[in-house]
Amino acid sequence: MKTYINGIGCVSAQKTDGDFASGFHVNQATNVLPIEKPEYKDYFSPIAARRMSKAVKNGIVASTMAMKEANLEMPGAIITGTGMGCIEDSDKFLKAIIDNNEEFLTPTSFIQSTHNTVAAQIALGLECKAYNFTYVNAAVSFESALIDGKLQLDEGEADAVLIGGIDEMTDYTASLFKLAGFIKKDEEGSFPILESQTPGTVFGEGATFFVLESKKSATTYAEVVDIEINNEIEADILQLKVFDFLSANGLGVDDIDLLVVGINGDAQFEEHYRELTQKQFVHTPQAYYKHLSGEYNTASAFGLYLAANVVKTQNVPPIVQVNGQTKPEYKNVLLYNHYRGIDHSFTLISKA
Amino acid sequence: MKVAITGMGIISAIGSTVDENFESLVGGRKAITDIDHIPTVHAKAIKVGEIKQSNADLAHELGLASDNNYTRTAMIGALAARQALQNAGISDVNAYKTGLISATSVGGMDTTEKHYYEYFNDPALVKYISAHDGGDVAQKIAETIGLKGFVTTISTACSSAANSIMLGARLINAGKLDRVIVGGTDALAKFTINGFKTLMILTDGYNTPFDDNRKGLNLGEAAAFLVLESDKVVKEQNKKVLAYVSGFGNANDAFHQTASSENGEGAFLAMEKAFKLAGLQPSDIDYINMHGTATPNNDLSEGRAVIRIFGEQNVPDFSSTKAFTGHTLAAAAAIEAVYSVLAIQNGVVYPNLNFETPMQEFNLIPQTEIKYKNIDHVLSNSFGFGGNCSTVIFSKN
Repeated sequence: MKTYINGIGCVSAQKTDGDFASGFHVNQATNVLPIEKPEYKDYFSPIAARRMSKAVKNGIVASTMAMKEANLEMPGAIITGTGMGCIEDSDKFLKAIIDNNEEFLTPTSFIQSTHNTVAAQIALGLECKAYNFTYVNAAVSFESALIDGKLQLDEGEADAVLIGGIDEMTDYTASLFKLAGFIKKDEEGSFPILESQTPGTVFGEGATFFVLESKKSATTYAEVVDIEINNEIEADILQLKVFDFLSANGLGVDDIDLLVVGINGDAQFEEHYRELTQKQFVHTPQAYYKHLSGEYNTASAFGLYLAANVVKTQNVPPIVQVNGQTKPEYKNVLLYNHYRGIDHSFTLISKA
Repeated sequence: MKVAITGMGIISAIGSTVDENFESLVGGRKAITDIDHIPTVHAKAIKVGEIKQSNADLAHELGLASDNNYTRTAMIGALAARQALQNAGISDVNAYKTGLISATSVGGMDTTEKHYYEYFNDPALVKYISAHDGGDVAQKIAETIGLKGFVTTISTACSSAANSIMLGARLINAGKLDRVIVGGTDALAKFTINGFKTLMILTDGYNTPFDDNRKGLNLGEAAAFLVLESDKVVKEQNKKVLAYVSGFGNANDAFHQTASSENGEGAFLAMEKAFKLAGLQPSDIDYINMHGTATPNNDLSEGRAVIRIFGEQNVPDFSSTKAFTGHTLAAAAAIEAVYSVLAIQNGVVYPNLNFETPMQEFNLIPQTEIKYKNIDHVLSNSFGFGGNCSTVIFSKN
């Protein structure tokens, strides 16, 4: 069985509702990118929205968009990935515990703090009793969902699955990430990603959902050919790992028409990316996206949104180009991502 | 469909090894006690299934340096996974294409809640900021056992570890992995204690699964991992197979964020799928290890689902082992997988402790005394918040 991306919904720091890339803009003025808020009222009542965290709201919007585009009413599986989970409700409940010495608590934020809340709320909304999974493994949370979704189709367990990556940011978590050096220092003032010399990155948040189906359709973006995750890869064997991955799919480096990298501006953790961009793939067109989406554990889902649109439109927008190289045709696209040196992923998609 | 189980490791309130856990189960020794390690205002109002080793004890056992940033969830997970590999006789974990699938509900929350506001005042604590998420727990376990490869984590609340077993079996079946270490880990935390407290589903005494007067659950902490291996590896290495994963099912109740539906629809569907995949009939099951949390809602919903599958007169011997261990959340399905395999190996049905009064809604009486008999197939249920329902069937051959 093959796996086709037949619908995409994306809530991110970019406007993605018009033509591909038409709403893209780079914001180097902040180290935590705000999302472009969708019209929530088109999706649920303001009363319902008041009870929902950002992750749930954005997850419902993005999944609804993806299903609408693919003209899918009931998925055969709902599979989500989230690195940090529902931290808004988790923070709220934990603060209440500490601040009130474990008294006067209400269950709402606890109930909504579990990592599977988004997948559960989507299932509830659709009354979907099918397979329902949530992965929470940092930077490969989304790829785990993608692997599972593809496995569902490959093994004939389902014909159409809904998969997505969701992460939300809170002020408190951002302050902790700044303290730990994961987010660039406020004093830097300007936050470029490609030419960065400083540690830390620019964070963001978002929800990106995909409908995967075993049949091609009028809305098909691309075929998902293969995904591989590895918790650790030493930089000096990264190229070997990539060759193995490509050759397992009958491809070589020259067959790759675009390399999409998760470069996030953290000067401390660029070695792996450079192994590919400046060595074996130096003559391959290259693209990046975290200057648009910001970094978050499931930002690589935004990367797949980008790659799928490149394959569909056969256009690599200048705003995402790394080395200025282009090709007349974009048939095979390889995505590579890791976060702080662990949780590496290769995702290969092809023109359908 | 069947996938071989070749190793198991466990640490829970009733024992720090597989043997200790088994001795406690057959000896009828529960370990529900007052809480020692977490200072909480609810200390007098609750009892828990607590692993009595301190964090320092666990770190010592793992041989961790003093500047480590392992949370309690990671440490018990690492200990259980290490045991599982030893039990499976695996010395080079990367010799075959090997994966790790962990499961956790709150990850490193045990540490986060201790230091939440102190991070800004004490630089020595900053190392724990990166230890909060579920992925860090899996990475710590992978580091401990030296695994480099496929590592992921599932979090579907209290059904999590059943889903890691399921994913592991699917990946082996599909030929994606040769070996996979699957399971889950969750340490007790003030966060979950207070969460379940506000939901008013914690008992102030000892939990009494399937009893008409049940008042709720005791929380527990535990970790367990199992090694699954492909037929190829089993054959090549002439491996001893402990039991097989022969079926599984996952469904969503799609009823309520925390409560189970009246008729246990999600549980029913999960069991139905598991039977279909296993090619077994309900009459083939010799023992059901119930989810049986002893909350009014779970036991009623699960009981009804079991009746729908088996018929009220034909329900096989069943018990919940949560009266021994407490409800260990994301680890529950993993420790109960270990108990299910032990039930098959030793031909034993564990007693459902603390049962006195049958439920009024149906005629289901759990096995209250230990019972020895041949066991070929065990069905194990696990359900979680978010409507997540999972069933795994374990078989002797």
